[in-house]
Amino acid sequence: MAKIRITLNKEKRRLDVETNETLLEVLRDKLGMKSPKCGCDRGDCGSCAVLLSGKSVRSCLILAIECDGVEITTLEGISQDGMNKLQEAFIEFSSFQCGYCAPGVIISATELLKANPHPSLDEIKEALSGNLCRCTGYTPIFDAILAATKKEK
Amino acid sequence: MDYKYIGKSVPRIDGKEKVSGAAIFGDDIDFGANLLYAEIISSTKAHALIKSIDTSRAEKLEGVVKVFTGKDFPFKFGLYMKDRYVFAQDRVRFVGEQVAAVVARTPQIAKRAALLIEIEYEALPVVLDQMDALKDGAVLLHPDLADYPHVPWFFPKEKTNIAHWRKTRKGDLEKGFADADVILEETYEVPRYAHCAIETHVAIGKYDLSGRLTVWSSSQSPHTQRHLFAEALAPLGLTHKDVRVIAPHVGGGFGGKAGVTMEIIPAALATKLKGYAVKLRWTREQEFVNTYQRLGVVAKLKIGVKNDGTITALDHKIYWDAGAYVEYGANVVNAVGLSAIGPYRIPNVSIDSVCVYTNLPPGGAYRGFGYSEMLFGLESLITTVANKIGMDEIAFRRHNAILEGDTTAYGVKMNPNGLLEAIDKVKKAIDWDKKLVSKDPTKALGKGFSLFWKAPAMPPNASSSAFLKFNEDASINLIISGMDIGQGYQTVMAQIAAEILSVPPDKIRVETPDTDRNPYEWQTVASHITWSSGNAVKKAAIDAREQIFALVHRVFNLPIDELFLEDEAVKCNTDKSFNLPLRSFIVEGIATKDGTYKGGPINGRGMFMPEYSSAAGDPETSQGGHPNVHYTVGAGALILEIDKETGKMKVLKVAEAIDAGKAINPDLIKGQITGGLLQGLATVLYEDMRYDKHGRLLNPNFTDYKIPTSMDVPDEIIPIIVEVPQPDGPFGARGIGEHTMLPAAPMIANAVFDALGIRIRQMPITAEKVALAILDKGGKTDG
Ligand code: FES
Ligand code: FES
Repeated sequence: MAKIRITLNKEKRRLDVETNETLLEVLRDKLGMKSPKCGCDRGDCGSCAVLLSGKSVRSCLILAIECDGVEITTLEGISQDGMNKLQEAFIEFSSFQCGYCAPGVIISATELLKANPHPSLDEIKEALSGNLCRCTGYTPIFDAILAATKKEK
Repeated sequence: MDYKYIGKSVPRIDGKEKVSGAAIFGDDIDFGANLLYAEIISSTKAHALIKSIDTSRAEKLEGVVKVFTGKDFPFKFGLYMKDRYVFAQDRVRFVGEQVAAVVARTPQIAKRAALLIEIEYEALPVVLDQMDALKDGAVLLHPDLADYPHVPWFFPKEKTNIAHWRKTRKGDLEKGFADADVILEETYEVPRYAHCAIETHVAIGKYDLSGRLTVWSSSQSPHTQRHLFAEALAPLGLTHKDVRVIAPHVGGGFGGKAGVTMEIIPAALATKLKGYAVKLRWTREQEFVNTYQRLGVVAKLKIGVKNDGTITALDHKIYWDAGAYVEYGANVVNAVGLSAIGPYRIPNVSIDSVCVYTNLPPGGAYRGFGYSEMLFGLESLITTVANKIGMDEIAFRRHNAILEGDTTAYGVKMNPNGLLEAIDKVKKAIDWDKKLVSKDPTKALGKGFSLFWKAPAMPPNASSSAFLKFNEDASINLIISGMDIGQGYQTVMAQIAAEILSVPPDKIRVETPDTDRNPYEWQTVASHITWSSGNAVKKAAIDAREQIFALVHRVFNLPIDELFLEDEAVKCNTDKSFNLPLRSFIVEGIATKDGTYKGGPINGRGMFMPEYSSAAGDPETSQGGHPNVHYTVGAGALILEIDKETGKMKVLKVAEAIDAGKAINPDLIKGQITGGLLQGLATVLYEDMRYDKHGRLLNPNFTDYKIPTSMDVPDEIIPIIVEVPQPDGPFGARGIGEHTMLPAAPMIANAVFDALGIRIRQMPITAEKVALAILDKGGKTDG
């Protein structure tokens, strides 16, 4: 058991974590953040992605204990002030079907647009290559991200 | 006909929930401190007798609540054939079968305890191939097969490994072949596949102190689950009203979450742990081996055609590797056995669709329900035979296409359909007649074409029902039990109610079902839900409308025939000034002059059952019943680029046309086509399930079993909607979700042939396989 401090969705939190607990387990079970999903538990699917100091990471691969002092953003944090342009575009283009991958996909897209506000289609494909979606065939996700970058202009 | 909401691409009503992270899936529900975790001990043997199970060391571990084995639950279950137990009884039949369970305070303790359980097996001979399982003297997986309860339209063969044999016979096969100018015989093979929904299965059972069982479950089939739980657990005194299934959002199903698989385990465990909630979540590895997989196929086809292109006869023998238990999978075999002529008019037909037990994981429903596998062989052979007689393969397909009024193999008339229109539109979209030559000498280009058809496979009494309840502001709760597994069901049902009641879809709320409160729905499978549940919703809305008109007539004495709904108000043809907003009376009633109120809350109800459907066909010929309600048809074509050195393939362009009857929400249909096509292409190009000789799956994870990423999307996808109405569909609609996958395999196989002159008859068609085939030909190709 160890004590860590984190900033979760702009709020400072202190908590006790086991040395073998993953960030995904802690976020879901101890902090009630259910948007990161467990799809594989070994880094293959991206559905557990969250932003760690602005960078997207797979929370199933990170030990919570390593996160002392970091800033974490989940989809709950992004959604707190209502839908942003990207999320609106996801609704407009039906960029999800079952929606299970959506939190991870939106986290990856958020990271991409921050670093590169006007990505090309190939850059979008590259940025999303670690997020598996079994439903949509990805095309509607590309469409939404492209549209969101246009809205931003 | 002009509609306000039908045929419009209204945005999905579950959008905000799903893109904000608010949507609750099974694993997201909080159960508080009294939640227990189950860990399953799985069989390490493909076929063995269980000699002993020693649980004593596990039981002693602190935090372990209880350990269970087969002895605790001698209950059988199964949707169509009761051949499966909650836990293995005296023998195991596949690697991964559940043998025992530890229930503990934390998942970590449960895992640790599971490792302490010792099981002694006595190995039995293993049969991993359906053709071996059919041989004389093959080891029998189910010696008591003759005693298994099953639906009356299944025909198991006792003392064999044949769990069901669907025979379809029409015309005179011998004469058909005698009339043919060309006869071709070929064998095709399709391996097993995994659904790979990104959400793995999860279920939580709670048997409360009053003796009622609630199961929260990631399910496509809440009512069917309740029924099977109640049946299987009846020895404990449970009845249907005591069992409740609550289905939150589901993270993808594709058939894998249909029926009952692992959910029975926490349901059963809970009954022995009164007061606790017991949770079981499959890991990705367990998801691969202990839910359903797609059945494997060996198909032997013989086709006879005349030089003018007319098909005279088809003999189609399909042997299915259905796995260790066929309780659901046998119905895949049945469905294809009725439909293995494909969308063609063929006068002389013999089909044998044989469901064979093997020591591999149970096979079951997977998007396409066997038709993908059947069409791989048939549509490859159609191209081959058309080439052989020197006829353009599309002209050949057009010539033989099944049209409205033609008879199916089991003698029922074909429903209205837009097959020819689909063919022509795809042909045009892909520029079929333009010859392709790659500018890059290391690459070859090919075109592939395929038709498809599929009927919903359902028992004749599969039904849907709907409740519709108005709120004070004229918003609506639509209470139904289909699952939105991603296809957009909730949105489409809202559109149907919206159209009838003239209330905008965004004022309609559709929640996920709870079998206590939501009315009966058979299952969300078979691509029948738009059609079936849509009919029930439409009737519920009409029921509500009739109540509204009757009330307005009673209070205002206006003729019912002259009343109509528009913009959330009742209006009248003969009295243009009459305009009564729904919100003014829909719950609270209409105030009259004497201060009394008339009416009250309006609630609608609707039900739909296809009363013409019947499984009573002759077992030897399948003639005489009406097993399928209708077929959805379509066509697909693609352009494939192949690297002649590495065999690597890329789909440059693909077009798929599908006859939706009526596209209630065109964008959602296009979304199904885009997603389903990629899932189909993946089964051909990437996914490759490998078992070792002991029946152990070697690649149960996404590193080794490759599903497509964003980098694997075809450059251009052209979804095409055809609309020839289904007479008994809601606004003419038919289901299309599964069909989108169907043409993938033959399109690729035919394109590989077109590009290289190489015919590949075993799926998957991986780059490695293509590269080796090119080498085999001495590096020379016709492409
Ligand atoms: S759950 Fe973390 S990558 Fe799949
Ligand atoms: S929408 Fe279902 S996995 Fe992406």
